[in-house]
Amino acid sequence: MAMTITEKILAAHAGCDEVRPGQLIEARVDVALANDVTAPIAIAEFEQLGIEKVFDPDRVILVPDHFTPNKDINSAEQAKVVRDFSRRQQLTNYFEQGRVGIEHVLLPEQGLVLPGDLIIGADSHTCTYGALGAFATGVGSTDLAAAMATGKAWFKVPESIKLVYHGTPGPWVEGKDLILYTIGRLGVDGALYQSMEMQGEAIEKLPMYGRFTMANMAIEAGAKNGIITPDEITLDYVRERSTRDYHLFFSDPGAEYVYEMDIDVSRIKPQVAFPSLPENSRAVAAAVEQGITLDQVVIGSCTNGRIEDLRLAAKVLQGKKVAPYLRLIVIPGTQAIYLQAVREGLVEIFVEAGAVFSTPTCGPCLGGHMGILAAGEKALATTNRNFVGRMGHPESEVYLSNPAVAAASAVLGRIASPEEVVS
Amino acid sequence: MIYQGKAWKFGDDVDTDAIIPARYLNTSDPKELAKHCMEDADPEFMQKMRVGDIIVADKNFGCGSSREHAPMAIKAAGIACVVAATFARIFYRNAFNTGLPILEAGEAAAEIKSGDELRIDTMTGRIENLTTGKTYQAKPIPPFMQELIDDGGLMAHISKKSKTS
Ligand code: SF4
Repeated sequence: MAMTITEKILAAHAGCDEVRPGQLIEARVDVALANDVTAPIAIAEFEQLGIEKVFDPDRVILVPDHFTPNKDINSAEQAKVVRDFSRRQQLTNYFEQGRVGIEHVLLPEQGLVLPGDLIIGADSHTCTYGALGAFATGVGSTDLAAAMATGKAWFKVPESIKLVYHGTPGPWVEGKDLILYTIGRLGVDGALYQSMEMQGEAIEKLPMYGRFTMANMAIEAGAKNGIITPDEITLDYVRERSTRDYHLFFSDPGAEYVYEMDIDVSRIKPQVAFPSLPENSRAVAAAVEQGITLDQVVIGSCTNGRIEDLRLAAKVLQGKKVAPYLRLIVIPGTQAIYLQAVREGLVEIFVEAGAVFSTPTCGPCLGGHMGILAAGEKALATTNRNFVGRMGHPESEVYLSNPAVAAASAVLGRIASPEEVVS
Repeated sequence: MIYQGKAWKFGDDVDTDAIIPARYLNTSDPKELAKHCMEDADPEFMQKMRVGDIIVADKNFGCGSSREHAPMAIKAAGIACVVAATFARIFYRNAFNTGLPILEAGEAAAEIKSGDELRIDTMTGRIENLTTGKTYQAKPIPPFMQELIDDGGLMAHISKKSKTS
């Protein structure tokens, strides 16, 4: 039977020749991931089982990135639970503050997640790794605890939908714009329980950082996973980083999809998602027309905190100043990106422009710390969610965009198109 | 189990940040989380609701984050069960894993109003609106999920399996 890439990866990990959508399987996991918010619950569950050791200390990965550097006593206690457990279990991949990065930027960068892998993480944006041609999905802490103990998890094989992107993107159009546009078409539950397979010539030309951004937001359409066929671009990325073997899987011709959607990227303009759902995406011009003034701009997160994202923001900000009364907060995804940004002179551009430049953290993305909004404030962020209260007070508002739009908006103090700032 | 209580109705796409805002996630103590249950959807919810009440919502309830704090907060707040037209995938899974009874029932979700008195049988999926006299049938729970519930959640299921294998 012809199978999709998702079905093939699941079948391989379940030890079956084939799997069908709807089938319940138990599969081996290559990596089980949790962070400082979700790990403490998983650890408590794990310890109740009375099992001594995690299934594999190389493959249980704990990344305290959400409320670190510890924002208060409670978060320090949570981080301590994670640290103590990692030490006790002698986990190879625990990342202390000063070496930690945002999990979904860090794991691919360190070669810890690879093509063909089956990865579960107690974090909904675990789906990011689908950009490598892996099956990756978010689960809750209890599912994770079970996987930490047994190295296995149960899955319902999802149906697949095929999204085909063709054409050449116009100026300032990034992976972020493609995915915001797609979520606008599908809706926040448009791909519920399904696998989003993204392909076509526009994806084949998309660099890895844009692919990560796209797979990262599959969950914002309700999808179980997002996945991109591995190719030379993928291999160039993983070859120098991989810490173990990996396998390439490809969808068979004749594999079944619930439906296919064609998207002409040449018609997509830079997007802005209006409050309070990622599906409220429109061309930036619609936001410019409304003259939406901003109190804060955040550039970073697991969606857009990679070096290319920072370069893009720096290109717009070079020689410019952040608008009066506006806070621009720039957060690199990992320590390696931080260092790279220092070496390339990007940090100088940000600081001279009047921005805050922080150590890697999720921070404001989830309204944790490092840039919380007051009632009535408006922010534009390169993050992935603009739910009510996501970045602070329930009466604050969050808009989403790519880093170039965010940087231009920081300069003009309102939602702006990069063309208004860079000639 | 049979539950009887008052309905609290919510709309589409109630996300996990509305159920339990991330600003409170620096703890995983269910009692602390419960204090802020549904806070960003309805700031007075915890003052108004009574133990044993039922949340009813339209499509895609629990979308967003994978935080198990969401079903934990609802359960610890004393909500007996959640009825929705559909649930977001991770929330659905987490609800079973943490033992929060949930039912998918589109017609019931569309017609039930806040304040209606409901009687729900989670075994059969029968939902009775005692205020209007109408009854509804929820989607059956998949056998595997039922097995998890019978074992007392995923961890109990695994510990049972590890003892028998
Ligand atoms: S950056 Fe934001 S979306 Fe990404 S893992 Fe952190 S909190 Fe979640």
